[in-house]
Amino acid sequence: MLSKVSRVFDILLIIAVPIGLYFAFIYAPIEYKMGIVQKIFYFHVASAWVGFFAFFITFLMSIIFLINRKFIFDDIAEASAEVGLLFTTIVLVTGPIWAKPTWGAYWTWDPRLTTTLILWFIYVGYILLRQFIVDVNQRAKFSAALGIIGFIDVPIVFLSIRLWRTIHPNVVQKGGGGLHPDMLTSLFVCLGIFTIIYIALLLKRLSVSSLERRILIIEEKK
Amino acid sequence: MTSYFKAIYAILKKDLMVEFRTKESINSMAVFGLLTVTVFSFILDPSSDSKIEVAGGIFWIAIIFSGLLGLGKSMLNEVNGGNFEAILLAPVDSTSIFFGKFIANMTSMFLLEIIILPIFSVFYSINILSHPLMLLILFLTTYAFSLLGTLFSVISVKSRSREAMLPLLLLPILIPVILAAILSTNIFVAGDDIVGSYNWIKILSVFNIIFTTVIFVIFPSIVEE
Repeated sequence: MLSKVSRVFDILLIIAVPIGLYFAFIYAPIEYKMGIVQKIFYFHVASAWVGFFAFFITFLMSIIFLINRKFIFDDIAEASAEVGLLFTTIVLVTGPIWAKPTWGAYWTWDPRLTTTLILWFIYVGYILLRQFIVDVNQRAKFSAALGIIGFIDVPIVFLSIRLWRTIHPNVVQKGGGGLHPDMLTSLFVCLGIFTIIYIALLLKRLSVSSLERRILIIEEKK
Repeated sequence: MTSYFKAIYAILKKDLMVEFRTKESINSMAVFGLLTVTVFSFILDPSSDSKIEVAGGIFWIAIIFSGLLGLGKSMLNEVNGGNFEAILLAPVDSTSIFFGKFIANMTSMFLLEIIILPIFSVFYSINILSHPLMLLILFLTTYAFSLLGTLFSVISVKSRSREAMLPLLLLPILIPVILAAILSTNIFVAGDDIVGSYNWIKILSVFNIIFTTVIFVIFPSIVEE
């Protein structure tokens, strides 16, 4: 069942990814101030969206797991956190590549950047914790607690960092917000495609988890 | 309801008695805290005016790092010999056990602050308690640190490499608290307009209210079988 759904998403991606590349590189006009480097925007923002969305799913599945104790929700929470961490890493890598030519510095302690970095640390902790707890039951419960608390913490982190940065002079201001309509269309196309990538990766990770559970059951029977 | 508070009191009394007799955590915490304060004095000229901008940071980093040391120890005492499992079997609400541990940890953090504060003030010739609102900051920050610290020490003590796990989990979550504590302390130390600290007090209060509620709701389901 899982592998069939996964196959469908794989085929979907073979079609969707070239479409996304077309929209990002050909359909969307070249930004006249930043030039070609602005193309990274479509992948950067889409990765950020998937990262946040994935951690939201982890949060949701952690709550559901604590209520009904079905391990499938623990598996989804774990898979989603891993995929989310992957995309947050992409955000943290593509961000500086884009920031250097446009802002003049690889990194600024802007609220969004800093919050993303803290978010990354929280979920690195989440994945490390999962690796370091042997007992399956305990691992699921404890990581659910972290999945819930970590996610609730993010808006508070953002608010506090914004408050911190308004005290200090803000060196870098993001340029005007208006996006060309074709750029906006391309952005939405990329958001959609990245969401499909997220689902496809989640399904693959879930099939690994279900295999792991089967091994555990077989080992217990021995 | 009274039995709930009795359970909290029993845990608190047990922890404080153990600590009072051995003085194991508080000694190592206090020495580590003082050492941090001393080591940090090398990164700046403690007699220059620039110390005012970093004093809050040094003070809170010293408190938080030595607090991490104490938290790990306090939970380690519980799991040695299966004590914590035994306590959880008691026919009381498990959140009362959590809040007992939490208040005990908060008490040793306050003790630590009482030791570090005057010595820090002497070393850097800064009066941290120059404004009464600083007491509120001390309380709210210690509350937040001990609250999540207690929860994550329960969690990390069950993992391999527990000493490394606790700060890895705790520090990112505590970023808003650390920022609020450092920046509001700097406001008081520099003698700036205290209106600037109100937003930080709000953030600390919101943080504490949210996480006290969240832990109250989820703690039973993460420790009970």
